[in-house]
Amino acid sequence: MSAQAVHALPDPHHASSQVTGHGAGGPAPKRIVVGYGFWIFLLSDVIMFSSFFAAYAVLFKNTAGGPVAQQLFDLRNTAAETACLLGSTFTCAMAGLAVGKRNQKWTQLALLATGLLGVTFISLELREFASLVARGAGPTRSAFLSSFFTLVGCHGAHVTVGLLWLGTMMAQFYAKGFRQNIRHRFLCFSLFWHALDIIWVAIFSLVYLVGTLPQELLP
Amino acid sequence: MLGKLTWQAIPFGQPIPLAVGAFVVFGMCAVLIWVAAKGYVPYLWREWITSVDHKRIGIMYCLLASIMLLRGFSDALMMRSQQALAFHAAGYLPPEHYDQIFSAHGMIMIFFVAMPFVIGLMNFVIPLQLGVRDVAFPTLNAVSFWLTAAGALLVNVSLVIGEFARTGWLPYPPLSELTYSPGVGVDYYLWALQISGVGTLMAGINMATTILKMRAPGMNYMRMPMFCWTSLASSLLIVAAFPILTSTLAMLLLDRYVGFHFFTNEAGGNAMMFMNLIWAWGHPEVYILVLPAFGVFSEVVSTFSGKPLFGYRSMVMATMAICVLSFTVWLHHFFTMGAGADVNGFFGIASMLIAIPTGVKIYNWLFTMYGGRVRFSSPMLWALGFMVTFVIGGMTGVLLAVPPADFVLHNSLFLVAHFHNVIIGGVLFGAFAGYTYWFPKAFGFTLDERLGKAAFWCWFVGFYVAFVPLYVVGLEGMTRRMQHYDRPEWYPWLLVAGVGALIILCGIALQIAQLTISIRSRERRREPTGDPWDGRSLEWATASPPPVFNFAVLPIVADEEPYWNVKQRARAQMRLVTAEPKYEHIEMPRNSPVGFITAFFAVLTGFCLIWHIWWLVVLGLVCAYISFVVFAWRDEGEFEISAEEVARIDRANREARAEYLRGLAQ
Repeated sequence: MSAQAVHALPDPHHASSQVTGHGAGGPAPKRIVVGYGFWIFLLSDVIMFSSFFAAYAVLFKNTAGGPVAQQLFDLRNTAAETACLLGSTFTCAMAGLAVGKRNQKWTQLALLATGLLGVTFISLELREFASLVARGAGPTRSAFLSSFFTLVGCHGAHVTVGLLWLGTMMAQFYAKGFRQNIRHRFLCFSLFWHALDIIWVAIFSLVYLVGTLPQELLP
Repeated sequence: MLGKLTWQAIPFGQPIPLAVGAFVVFGMCAVLIWVAAKGYVPYLWREWITSVDHKRIGIMYCLLASIMLLRGFSDALMMRSQQALAFHAAGYLPPEHYDQIFSAHGMIMIFFVAMPFVIGLMNFVIPLQLGVRDVAFPTLNAVSFWLTAAGALLVNVSLVIGEFARTGWLPYPPLSELTYSPGVGVDYYLWALQISGVGTLMAGINMATTILKMRAPGMNYMRMPMFCWTSLASSLLIVAAFPILTSTLAMLLLDRYVGFHFFTNEAGGNAMMFMNLIWAWGHPEVYILVLPAFGVFSEVVSTFSGKPLFGYRSMVMATMAICVLSFTVWLHHFFTMGAGADVNGFFGIASMLIAIPTGVKIYNWLFTMYGGRVRFSSPMLWALGFMVTFVIGGMTGVLLAVPPADFVLHNSLFLVAHFHNVIIGGVLFGAFAGYTYWFPKAFGFTLDERLGKAAFWCWFVGFYVAFVPLYVVGLEGMTRRMQHYDRPEWYPWLLVAGVGALIILCGIALQIAQLTISIRSRERRREPTGDPWDGRSLEWATASPPPVFNFAVLPIVADEEPYWNVKQRARAQMRLVTAEPKYEHIEMPRNSPVGFITAFFAVLTGFCLIWHIWWLVVLGLVCAYISFVVFAWRDEGEFEISAEEVARIDRANREARAEYLRGLAQ
């Protein structure tokens, strides 16, 4: 009793050539739907980060007589963190290739490398945080430091969650093999991991590079 | 061991909260015992609590909204009666209790009445209108609902254990900072919203993905029903706005819990940043709520006028224009901040601009009715009541968008009357129209029309009696949230407003009576064809209630009103024009308790965070992660419905419709 000429469509994509286009060819396959939905989630995550960025920008000069950015940031540490994270994106992409080839050994090795680089990144970040707190520049010192720790810490928390996910993912590949839904999850994981990189590039440029500019160049 | 939680948290000294809390606790226990005694627990667990069916989840959302409406409305009655009594007197509510009531009223009505009602309707209707079997992520959908319910539960726990925020429905700092609000009230507010906010965000992602990627073959964008368009706009706004709420509340939480300085008065904190951030979410939120209501009215007006929607394309344009413009107006909530004439001027003009697409919509509805054969059934009454009320609310809104006028009216009862005018007249009337309109689709029988119409008139008249006086006293200078006052010229108006609240109470009583009586006489009210209103879109093409798979075969859409056109041909020929399809087996997602379990851990963790029971917070999170992994390990995500079963269900509906057409022939 449904509309027009009714016949069963085993694969909705058979219909797409006959009908109007513009995504109207029936429900998309699961892989597309999962990836698309996860992209929308990532967009929302980016928006969350953008409000932390906005708060950082607003509070940047509210140092309450405490230390300012130029005295605190160490670009060498940041460079090492960046290298770890960008390297882990590369290994994550390698894992994607290995998954495509259904190669268990290389998948696990590439994911392990991704995880180790991620752990290194987190350790470097924690070391930086600890040294700031030790120098009396903890998050409760001033509004500027509150917003700095929140913005960078939120990214760090994302990486930590990503590491937890990564470990679960490795165990799933090991136990379940390259089943379709596991591959869909891996697709989401790699999108997540790459998105964290994009956010790190923004943090690296807007927080660390701008923060270490000479005072007279700051707006 | 139990953090800040002691026996002092239970308000033994305050009779009203204690009595209300005891009543709620006993009521819930009574319901649970009754359910258990009747042996309904396995049924509820199997068919509802673990359900991942978008229809069931939609119904549960609407049920949650209705229950919370009773809670929010009793707060409203208490406020109205307090102000009716508190002329030159203290009234019966002490200030610290009155402050909790108006804070809880606003917060509950927006987050746990309007939001779940709107999302519930979206959940139930969108896959049916798009001609598909489910939303994009069915299990995530259940998680979304249960997280919303978890937030609602936490708010209600604050009745009995501890207190609620006294800061207004948006916890403006510095009042909401630890220095000035040391109690757990603001923490209840924040954690309840963080939890339910995650649920809402996931619902928005789910709906946007469903509409953009899961449509019946041939359903291109310009063939989607208007409700799908407005829901798409609303979902996109959720995705773009709710993360801002999450991060803003997170900043306030960091201030309160670990001594950060985002919004404090000390160490460079900036309280006005909270106002900016919260309204960057808050104004889009208004449209998140009202756009789906606009969609409901579009469906209702077109169906009950017997005509296609007038100006479909302009309606789509107007919807998307509102979607974009809604992000450019937030500053009109605090013109008095002192941003300067240029900034205020920009935001004033941007706010007024929104009246243009909204006006387009109003005219489209009017022209849809023009020349149609309008049936004044109760959904249509809600739509007509909406059009009148919303135009008035919209015009007072344009008035408030003029910065100099806003300086006079800021935080007055005029403002309160304005936003109730648009939220009750727009969102709530829309929710009720949708509820009456789609109820027969959800349950297979119609609601009592006589009581429904009586309820509408009580709400409609009650609304004006309750809120026009608030416009008047607002113009006379009465500010919002006053626990007592001594101006004789306000007194009679506040008495009238109290009467208005009582008229609305009659409306609610009539709605409860309508539901009860309709359920009792449901056998008489059965509607076998699945199309009680002579509908036009695809949800009416399937049985009522729809089978779990919605459509036996996916419909193929060739024009804007696919079902109407097939139906007209069938009527002309007085027989079904579609041949029996070749049925095939259907795969549907399995039920899953993951939503319920997530909500359990969310309530536990949230409660422990509020009361600083840290060891249990850690334990709750670890258990949540373990159950997440267990869920991720499952092997069978779907089950199969055999072709015979599909055929049996679909044939029954085809037979009912053929019967109806044969009836036309005689």
